[in-house]
Amino acid sequence: MTQLALVIDLNVCVGCHACVTNCKQWNTSGSAGALTDFKPYEADPTGTFFNRVQTFEVGDFPNTETVHFPKSCLHCENPPCVPVCPTGASYKRKEDGIVLVDYDKCIGCKYCSWACPYGMREFDEQRKVMTKCTLCVDRIYDQNLPEERRKPSCVLACPTGARLFGDVHDPASQVSTVIRERGGYALMPEACTKPANHYLPRRKTNVGVREEDLYRSDNPHKIDGAPFDHNLPPANEELN
Amino acid sequence: MRPAFSVLFLTTLIGAAQGLFIALFFVELLAPASVTANFYAVGSLLVVVLMGLGGISSVFHLGHPERAWRAMSQWRTSWLAREGIALPAFSAAAFAWGVAHWLNWGHTLAIGVVAVILAITLFICTAMIYVAIKVLKEWSHPLTPVNFIVFGCASGTTLAAAYAGFMAPDLAAPLAKSAFVLIALSIVTRGASLWRNATLRPVSTLQTAIGIRHPRIQQKAQGAMGGSFNTREFFHGKSPAFLRGILAAMALGAFALPLALVMFAPAVAFVILYGGLLAERWYFFAEAQHPQNLYYQTVG
Repeated sequence: MTQLALVIDLNVCVGCHACVTNCKQWNTSGSAGALTDFKPYEADPTGTFFNRVQTFEVGDFPNTETVHFPKSCLHCENPPCVPVCPTGASYKRKEDGIVLVDYDKCIGCKYCSWACPYGMREFDEQRKVMTKCTLCVDRIYDQNLPEERRKPSCVLACPTGARLFGDVHDPASQVSTVIRERGGYALMPEACTKPANHYLPRRKTNVGVREEDLYRSDNPHKIDGAPFDHNLPPANEELN
Repeated sequence: MRPAFSVLFLTTLIGAAQGLFIALFFVELLAPASVTANFYAVGSLLVVVLMGLGGISSVFHLGHPERAWRAMSQWRTSWLAREGIALPAFSAAAFAWGVAHWLNWGHTLAIGVVAVILAITLFICTAMIYVAIKVLKEWSHPLTPVNFIVFGCASGTTLAAAYAGFMAPDLAAPLAKSAFVLIALSIVTRGASLWRNATLRPVSTLQTAIGIRHPRIQQKAQGAMGGSFNTREFFHGKSPAFLRGILAAMALGAFALPLALVMFAPAVAFVILYGGLLAERWYFFAEAQHPQNLYYQTVG
């Protein structure tokens, strides 16, 4: 059985949000849209997005790492959002494992969004239905597109190739290989949702941080032999 | 979680209706000679009106109420669908019971037994909607259905005592005593769940949420500056002082004042108890910490 999914490489995501904008553009124009925006040019813009990039800082200064964390529906193999739906609008496709919402059946009760531990679903305030990542189901099978373009729009947009797309049930696929060989992991395993999307952990890189990197050592205001004070510039007479 | 007012009104109104029906049924079972058929007929009308008000308020929760009929289809998996079936089924049975009394059809005990079974089924369906969300540890516990049943029966029996005060004064005192016991019981059961939820340790952490095993992780950006569905639906957005105020309103309105008043002025006690139950249900939502909130700690 096929289970299509994304594998996101946290080593190479640079947090550019290209996947977010391309996702929004494709899906607002396609069969999943329109994804409404409210007050887009005002102080508090808000709207429906299927994909977000969040940023986390790991560690204590100065030994920190910035982790950009793309976040979209994980297309769980045991999706908690599906059995709770009272109308059957929320469903998981047997043929490829994509979790979808039938907008014509959705009554907008938001119960599925409560059941999702990841907060991956977004309620569209204009259409009054629940929306979510479709894994671009309207383009990955499109025979009118060249074969290499039949991928989710977020995958195509990523300039660093941080997003891989494929069948995680096929042991020979690229996504299965990287999950196996590079320790691909699932989010919140304690929720027992068996997410199909996986994340590739950051490889440990040691960058030695020296004092000169933090505070400029060749400070032109510095006086030889004087204690280093990086807060105050020296007085003119001291320089003379 | 953000308290949804339509759901607060739905669960408190239908809870009182179910409790009222169960109380009226026990009157028929234990003291059939003390009241007239009209007592049951008007009482069941009250039950149906409360159920109807609950149903109307639930409509405001839906984005597409015109499609609500679809909500009955997934009864095999969804407790919300099961509630969607049990709610009209109980209302119809309670209505039939009242009509049977009014028109003197007979078989009222048999109809009453069916309606009581449906009332308990509806209590369980309503509570299981919350229990079924396994990631919300505050809700997913056997105390949730216990509290829904005890609160429903307490408010319904208080209402029955107030109603008997007008229609059958002889019954007011025993019903008020039953209500007193049920309100006292609700202090124990809700107190247990309040204590449990206050001492609950979250299973999911920021470490499991993003899969990075480091003790110090700080969010720097959540991907949207102006908020999103995630920041609106899952945060109550109120201050700790406001929460303490709601807890105080619940302690006074749902427990202390009704307990003190139910024997002397059951009608007043019911009005206060209903307000207290709204505060209780508000807090029930607010105390549930959704794991998705881990992803939405800092705007940016």
